[in-house]
Amino acid sequence: MPFALSVHGLTKKFGNFTAVENISFDVEDGKFFSILGPSGCGKTTLLRMIAGFYRQDGGTILFNGEDMSSVPPNRRPVNLVFQNLALFPMMNVFENVAFGLRRRGEKGSGVARKVNDMLERVGLPDSGEKQISQLSGGQKQRIAIARCLVLDPAVLLLDEPLGALDAKLREHMKVELKTLQANVGTTFVYITHDQSEAMVMSDTVAVMNKGTFEQTGSPQELYHRPRSSFVAQFVGNNNRFLIVPSRDDGGAPAGLYAGRFSFILDDACRSLQDGIPCEMFVRPEAMVIEPGSDTPGFNRMPVQVRAVLFDGGNSRLLVIPEGTEDEIVVMLPQTGLYDHIRAGDRIMVGWDPGISLCFAGNGGKPYDER
Amino acid sequence: MSGRIRLNWGFLFFFLPVALWLLLLIVLPHAELLRLSFTSSRPGGFTLQNYMAFFSEPIYWLTFVRTAFYSVIVTFLVMVIALPVAFYITKVARVRAGGFLMVLILVPFWVSELIRVYGWIILLRESGVINRLFTSIGLFSRPIEMLYNDVTMIMGLVYTSMLFMVVPIVGVMDALDDSLIEAAYDLGASKTAIWRTIIIPHCMPGMVSGGIIVFMLVLGSYLTPNLMGGKNSLWFTEQIYNQIILYFNWNQGAAFGFLLLLLSSLIIWIALKVTGQNLGEVVK
Repeated sequence: MPFALSVHGLTKKFGNFTAVENISFDVEDGKFFSILGPSGCGKTTLLRMIAGFYRQDGGTILFNGEDMSSVPPNRRPVNLVFQNLALFPMMNVFENVAFGLRRRGEKGSGVARKVNDMLERVGLPDSGEKQISQLSGGQKQRIAIARCLVLDPAVLLLDEPLGALDAKLREHMKVELKTLQANVGTTFVYITHDQSEAMVMSDTVAVMNKGTFEQTGSPQELYHRPRSSFVAQFVGNNNRFLIVPSRDDGGAPAGLYAGRFSFILDDACRSLQDGIPCEMFVRPEAMVIEPGSDTPGFNRMPVQVRAVLFDGGNSRLLVIPEGTEDEIVVMLPQTGLYDHIRAGDRIMVGWDPGISLCFAGNGGKPYDER
Repeated sequence: MSGRIRLNWGFLFFFLPVALWLLLLIVLPHAELLRLSFTSSRPGGFTLQNYMAFFSEPIYWLTFVRTAFYSVIVTFLVMVIALPVAFYITKVARVRAGGFLMVLILVPFWVSELIRVYGWIILLRESGVINRLFTSIGLFSRPIEMLYNDVTMIMGLVYTSMLFMVVPIVGVMDALDDSLIEAAYDLGASKTAIWRTIIIPHCMPGMVSGGIIVFMLVLGSYLTPNLMGGKNSLWFTEQIYNQIILYFNWNQGAAFGFLLLLLSSLIIWIALKVTGQNLGEVVK
């Protein structure tokens, strides 16, 4: 069984700038595949090449095993949901959904039946006569998707379609999109810069940076076992410590942080070279406030609380390890245990070395989402 | 209270010139022309003879129909040429090149219409540039008169009115989101289908307002049909000119003037009805 979409060695250059460099991946039929990356990483260029709007400088694109590298967009079995949706304001909802069918030369009752079926499927059965301007943001979204799905494409491409929605509706649409995809069984390729969208909806996520895929895997894999410093910072939240690896007396790996704290490192960090600075990551949710002294093998560090960031179940503490300028985020469980903590307090935080991750090199600047 | 008085003065200040302009240059002359068209140079009261003369003399109403027909054709041709030109300026050329192209379209209009028409005459006449070039390379065995026929006149009218169609269409086409074109392409539309279903419906208000301007300009133009069409291609404005200036028959000229006004209003009304636009939307 061939893959719904297969991309081999895809490359695109704009002048001297390589926007997409030698990317290869396969998407199985019926899967939800996301490409996650910061703005400017080349993900839109990649998508436009798959849709056919850009001609690649190298590589091939196959749909269901058929090479479509030189086929123009209007004859590819793939449809794109645009970032701004691009619904046709000069037509009503029915005509928008029927547009692709009419371009195929379909006529009469067949068109009406397919369009009405599709409108029902996306939950807007009686909106055919409405004008585009009469629809709400979420409804426009669904019509834009219906307009593509009615053509039964091999792959549906989505270019950050939730970007323009407000936060509440975006949360809702995430779930709805996932359900819709599961129902229709069409292969979705979704690009976004929002890691939460990618994680919630996808079967597989590819993290893209500077024109290449850094890592491809399930959301769980990316979260628990990132293979690069970039993925560790981009997927989920992470605290970054610059450490200098060394060995303790028993020869086990250890890391010196800020010249004053010595951390126990996981065995996975054994390959790091002693004396060469590297990055260590510990997720906020993996950090424990005031760990009991009866847990041996824990890393502990005295910190000063700079701020309590209350956000319901997502509350955090912003703390500064003593004697440093770094800011560390620690999850603050709302169990009542830690309600006494105030800004300015000195507390201990700790974590199990087994869940910390290390990457060689100091990675330059930390990734900044802004 | 004082604020209200000042507001009224301000309103008057801006309104008065407009009112005077409308009254003195539009309403009064037309009222007088209307009166003239229903009277005769000979003593006597109300008469319909000026309008009767139009229908009884074939040369008059034939010129009238010709003028209307050719004006529609010119408007249509200008539209057909202006659409791709506007598309190139707004969507294909880069931003700065687009501005430069607009200037290129505008520049010829810095020269008066008379000079531009003489430019055509220099190119097209029997001893003109084109004839000399083609006879010297052996394409023509002898010079051909290219002036004073319908085709040349229509070409001249298309050329003189192009700007007035390109500018409004560029305006609306600029507002067309590129992603709509891409979306149509992505959904399987061919290039002609994209023009038919997306670009032209979107540009309709600009096309109609440009069409009205061009149609009225062409219908009422005198210089270009006269100089490029000559005696072989009579235009209705020439009939009005002849009546008033040559025959000194103001009454007949006035009647012709009103018939022309009626004609342009009627055709524009039909065009608006056919395209489903309304005047308020179009002039916005």
